[in-house]
Amino acid sequence: MTITQWLFAFSILLLVLLSLFLIAAFMVYAERRVLALLQDRLGPNRAGPFGLLQPVADLLKLITKEHFIPPFADRSIYTIAPIIVPFTALLSFAVVPVDDDWWLADINIALLFVLALSSLRVYGIMLGGWASNSKYPLFGGLRSAAQMISYELPMGLALMGVVMLSGSFSLVDIVAAQSLPFIFLQPIGFFIFLICGIAETNRLPFDLPEAENELAAGYSTEYGGIQFALFFLGEYIGVLLIAALATVLFLGGWHGPWLPGVCWFAIKMLILILLFFWLRTSMPRLRYDQLMSFGWKLLLPAALINLMITAVIGLFWIKG
Amino acid sequence: MYEIIFYLTAAVTVLAAGSILIVRNPIHAALYLVIALLALALLFFLLGAPLLAALQVMIYAGAIMVLFLFLIMVMNLRPTQEQLPFLSAGWKVPAFLALILWLELLVLFFGLLPEPADETITVIEPKVVGESLFGPYLLVVEAAAILLLAALIAVLYLSRKKRL
Repeated sequence: MTITQWLFAFSILLLVLLSLFLIAAFMVYAERRVLALLQDRLGPNRAGPFGLLQPVADLLKLITKEHFIPPFADRSIYTIAPIIVPFTALLSFAVVPVDDDWWLADINIALLFVLALSSLRVYGIMLGGWASNSKYPLFGGLRSAAQMISYELPMGLALMGVVMLSGSFSLVDIVAAQSLPFIFLQPIGFFIFLICGIAETNRLPFDLPEAENELAAGYSTEYGGIQFALFFLGEYIGVLLIAALATVLFLGGWHGPWLPGVCWFAIKMLILILLFFWLRTSMPRLRYDQLMSFGWKLLLPAALINLMITAVIGLFWIKG
Repeated sequence: MYEIIFYLTAAVTVLAAGSILIVRNPIHAALYLVIALLALALLFFLLGAPLLAALQVMIYAGAIMVLFLFLIMVMNLRPTQEQLPFLSAGWKVPAFLALILWLELLVLFFGLLPEPADETITVIEPKVVGESLFGPYLLVVEAAAILLLAALIAVLYLSRKKRL
């Protein structure tokens, strides 16, 4: 590669990163406005027109806070842990195709790459909880580890149905194979993936790791300022990633009539993200044992049966 | 470029693995092991086994080491100050086995074996791995499945509540 190609590649990476940060920041604002709308409140509407500058104000506030490491914390891990969470989520976007030829990388194990990164995400939360060296963060970290391991399994199994239908791990090939969106062929798989996705990003009704009324703020209790912002950013980028993956894997990605592919991709993602917001206002939090038994006794068998049926039908129908 | 990445990753693997022996805090040791496993995954990828690399990250770094950390966190192991006896009783057999491996490595390094004819790396697609697992190695896969099933039943038996 020549210097120009390197520069080009880096500027594209930078552009993608910046736009992801912008979208995540705007999502925080949008979520607060949507929640307010659904709860018959106004929400943040003071900073700028319609409160659009609220994310900027929040960011400035978090940056200007004192950078404080508790004396009882494990310094190095305490500093690294919040970086892991957004980092793994951002890295996954490298293989997500947005339009016909809009992607950063098309590797033949893209789906496994995403799953592998999502299984590394738990380190950030676990280590953050442990390194804070106090009881509520530790509980939050332990819970998140148990929760994420239990929900990764049905998630991976649900995705295998998609892999069988398209015959490839590459996300580009999977979208290309969807003349009929896979949600019609794999409705159970879609719901299992969505539920596990919500659980993986620790959002209501699965936000046990940071359940406010029993654990203070869970794993992020001892964090403040920009490090707390990193955890927060990680959560929203995670939501964005799950919405993008659901779009790519089940809703046909950029396919759609009339409009250009990017628009269809954005519309499908927007609907999913609104669904996430809606769920947050309307669902109560599960109890911890309910969460575990739901994951292991309902989702896992359902994913297995779904996989088996897909395999049997695929054997006779697809042939090759 | 390829060589630089390869040797850099190899150096990271060795350094991380060596650090496990030095650090006192069990969590830090576990994290060094995670880094070693991740670097190993990258090596697999560079040597043309993308599926193996992804599975290495998912299973070893993403599941097994998380359980390790989970256990360390639950037991609340803290760094110990007292010096463990460096050569306790159980070292002889592992040392002997490691010696055999080391000798094998020497043989390989100094080219006592004939050079492999083809030096280029062929990338093994996931499909090929699947076909060979469910083709010629089907019996081994089934045996492993039975072994895991037995282990699962054993775990259920051992962790049952006392109300049988």
